[in-house]
Amino acid sequence: MAELHLKSWRFRAEREADWRRLETLLAKAEAGGAAKLKRDELLEIPLLYRQALSSLSVARSISLDQSLVAYLESLCARAYFFVYGARARLPERLARFFLRDWPMAVQAMWRETVVSLLISVIATVVGYMLVQGDPDWFYSFVDPSLASGRDPTATTASLRATLYDEKTTTDGLSVMATFLFTHNAQIALFAFALGFALCLPTAALLVLNGGMLGAFLALFFSRDLGVEATGWLMIHGTTELFAIVLAGAAGFSIGWAVTFPGARTRVDAAAEAGRRAATAMAGVVVMLFVAGLLEGFARQLVQPDVARYAIAATMLIAWLAYFYWPRRPAP
Amino acid sequence: MTAPGIVQRLKGRRVHREPVADQRELVTPEGVDLSLKVGSYVERFCAMALDLLILLGGMLLLSLAVFAVYLATRTQALLEALGIVWLLASFLGRNFYFFYFEAQPRAATPGKRIMGLRVIAADGAALTADAVFARNAMREVEVFLPLTFFLARSEVGVDAALITLGAIWSGVFVIFPLFNRDRRRLGDLAAGTLVVKAPRKVLQPDLADTERMASRGLAFTPAQLEVYGIKELHVLEDVIRAADRRALKEVAERIRGKIGWDGPADIPDRTFLNAYYAALRGRLESRMLFGHRRKDKFDVS
Repeated sequence: MAELHLKSWRFRAEREADWRRLETLLAKAEAGGAAKLKRDELLEIPLLYRQALSSLSVARSISLDQSLVAYLESLCARAYFFVYGARARLPERLARFFLRDWPMAVQAMWRETVVSLLISVIATVVGYMLVQGDPDWFYSFVDPSLASGRDPTATTASLRATLYDEKTTTDGLSVMATFLFTHNAQIALFAFALGFALCLPTAALLVLNGGMLGAFLALFFSRDLGVEATGWLMIHGTTELFAIVLAGAAGFSIGWAVTFPGARTRVDAAAEAGRRAATAMAGVVVMLFVAGLLEGFARQLVQPDVARYAIAATMLIAWLAYFYWPRRPAP
Repeated sequence: MTAPGIVQRLKGRRVHREPVADQRELVTPEGVDLSLKVGSYVERFCAMALDLLILLGGMLLLSLAVFAVYLATRTQALLEALGIVWLLASFLGRNFYFFYFEAQPRAATPGKRIMGLRVIAADGAALTADAVFARNAMREVEVFLPLTFFLARSEVGVDAALITLGAIWSGVFVIFPLFNRDRRRLGDLAAGTLVVKAPRKVLQPDLADTERMASRGLAFTPAQLEVYGIKELHVLEDVIRAADRRALKEVAERIRGKIGWDGPADIPDRTFLNAYYAALRGRLESRMLFGHRRKDKFDVS
């Protein structure tokens, strides 16, 4: 009877079992990752994948059954992405990220980091000078919900209290710390994403942030609480402000690549800068989390100014060493 | 082959073959083109809407649970812990829901899975975690920024004109995918990724074989099979697979008239179409083996 069948029918009948086998293996792998597969099943997949690929190219030239070709196309695409996809396990990925990818990404953005730092510093100085000249400027820099009573109308004693006895003055403090962490992380991600719009919105965000810092400092310095306030701010601020500067730098690197792609195409330049900046940004979220912990716990437990300055300096040195310690280039 | 094509061939020029509009070439290292199709704007919009609904639903459930726990216990210390849980969960949901699912082997969020989409690296290489992070961090300006502008209430010092300008400016990011061939949004550009269709296809029975026994007696002359080409064969395949009775009847009548069918008239439409499909496919396939691909019924070379 076999001669009555079409060639394409026989072609399919001979290979169908293999395709179905590949399909079941893929379903299993996609449901639970490669770890769910047994050793020989794992070895089987590339073989079955090549078979299916060759079936696809044969089917395209001998079979007019469009549902068969469509099925093989979808099966091959699935298998391709599984076979050629990255399959590093999570612990390995994380280790690589912290040991190499993150610091390398930050190192590669050093120019943008300098620019971002400069903008922040200038904005801080401007904010400081403006508020020093006329305290009313304070309200245009600082969002009242973040100031929580620390404004020019407050008495010196109550300002001092905010620096040392937060536990007694505010309820739900760690909620506040969590809120600040999520808020800051959101702003940082925002600064990164806005970089695509030719850097300008990112710069504006940095200016706003720097202005706010300057206004705060000016307020406390005008009451002779400057040194204390700096300690209070910097115990987590060295980490947090560094993170925000890096977020700005990440935004700049994308914006710059889009605006001036150089020899590459604009799309390629954007993709390359985007991936690198994204690695740095994932790290920025980690940094902001550390800053949140410092703000929530260390600031309450450590009251002496000297100790606060010591922690701030240690954190800054630790971050700098971590990021900019020379590393061997990737193997 | 169309007439201008022949003329160009004759003049020794290469015939420019227009690529299918939404097709994206991806050749595997083995040298086979997977002919992936780019996900359309509407599909992607639906996928994102589904994902946002899932996220919102999750947040709502979480909030209700947190509130219920508070009502049951009414302790102040617990309230604080619950506040922290809620804040962290909403932060993680907003920023890492998409990342988590797209970093999996299937590279698709639940919404994308439902719509049959997946994320790939534009160069066909492995999709890396940093690319997934980049494409989703960009969502901030593409989704959440326009939302803030559209939902913004006029506050002190911010006037309506400014909000409108902001909405227009951020709206540019929303419709950005409509202005490039691969329907890439800003995040796709920043990460070098694409969203393609990846539907799960089921291997359907071969029509050339089903009901072969029933239609064994039917035979067609070569002249009767000369009437149609590959395009019509594929339409016929769709009609038979859809198995809509009225369509089957109409198509069967059309074909009977066109080929001048003089065989038995009492065979069911489905059996007749099946037999004709198998015969036509056999003929077209064997001609294809000899190097002639008859595109459609107008292709008479």
